[in-house]
Amino acid sequence: MTCDEAKILLHALLDNELDAGHAREVEAHIATCPTCKAEFAAQQEMKRVLADASLRYSAPATLRARIEASMPQARPQPSRRSVLRGFAMGSAVSALAASGVVAVVLRQDDQQRILSEVVSAHLRSLQAGHLIDVVSTDQHTVKPWFNGKLDVAPPVIDLTAQGFTLVGGRLDYIDARAIGAVVYKRRQHIINLFVSQTASTEHRPPKTQTMQGFNCRRWGERGLNFWAVSDIGNDELAEFVDKFEVAMKANVEG
Amino acid sequence: MPVSDDFQKAQRFREAALPYLDDVYTLARYLLRDASDAEDAVQECYLRALKHFDSYRGPAMKPWLFAILRNVCNAEYARRAHSHAAIEDTPGAADQTPIWQEGDASPETEVLRSRDAGAIRKMIDALAEPFKETFVLREINNLSYREIAEAVGAPVGTVMSRLARARAMLRAAWMAEEEHSK
Repeated sequence: MTCDEAKILLHALLDNELDAGHAREVEAHIATCPTCKAEFAAQQEMKRVLADASLRYSAPATLRARIEASMPQARPQPSRRSVLRGFAMGSAVSALAASGVVAVVLRQDDQQRILSEVVSAHLRSLQAGHLIDVVSTDQHTVKPWFNGKLDVAPPVIDLTAQGFTLVGGRLDYIDARAIGAVVYKRRQHIINLFVSQTASTEHRPPKTQTMQGFNCRRWGERGLNFWAVSDIGNDELAEFVDKFEVAMKANVEG
Repeated sequence: MPVSDDFQKAQRFREAALPYLDDVYTLARYLLRDASDAEDAVQECYLRALKHFDSYRGPAMKPWLFAILRNVCNAEYARRAHSHAAIEDTPGAADQTPIWQEGDASPETEVLRSRDAGAIRKMIDALAEPFKETFVLREINNLSYREIAEAVGAPVGTVMSRLARARAMLRAAWMAEEEHSK
């Protein structure tokens, strides 16, 4: 084997890409040729240094959301909004008169749509292999995992002692936006806790709605919107939310 | 019903392709050296991939996405062509790049200082094409030689020699910088 050949093949040796026969040939050359031996050692070292450096980039959550939004969605967007908008645009006078009503109707419509998206996201998460992106029962592993993936830091609170086991976290998409999902288990039941940012910092008390047999308890606190979704009973879900809120308050104050 | 067919296809595509978003984005960042250009290219890549998903029969998803991303990036290079050099894939241009720079430096005595990721990224960014993409696909995206060959549409032998050159160039740049900072 010539040095010119070896200088190329030593990389394949380094990358474990050679079959046993060729690997032996390259190794034999390196053993007898000081120049190639030095080159091999140098490249080995560079590879090691490179492996220690974090050279990957993470796609911004906004890019993920943009891609999601560009794909065909589950249901056609509700046409009711556009109809109402068109109606409001129709006449300035009637728009003014109706604006209060329109705003209320729109908000409820939006909430209904978001509720159904939350339930869909919960259902999706129950399919094999979709539940968890980061598997950990340790809140100090799950919480940092969200860093850089979202524009919010979802509170990750271990409620194992209170009967709700933290099992991990996941990125999900609601309303074409990336959103954090913290996953808990109660016996064999999964609870998804979705967390997103909201402009309002006021406290909104928990309210339970039911859709497709799932209970969804929704509340707002400290600029975050929460949706807890599960097939566990209404009372148990309320218990979960109470314990979460108490623990969160303790975390903030403590 | 076509809407639900489209949705189901998109759903399958999501599951198959979205897990590689960080990989695709990483390659785009290195190829285009600009965060917002990279985002646009990745979005375009996923749009095209979804469009051609029906005819997708392999290779593995990752090299397939990379191959599409390369095409998108090449179009971007062509758009920039008046100010930047396009991907040069002629052997002539490659041969002019100084590569084996062992010279009188004896590599076994030179230990590379660990550099912060930012400094290393900059050195990788500065590598010439097609060596940079080969290097990034191997060292950062962890593709096998065969997968790289599929992604870039070149024989495995070519991949191997490009990788050897890329690493030699990077090491030379690294040493030069250490020399400079002494």
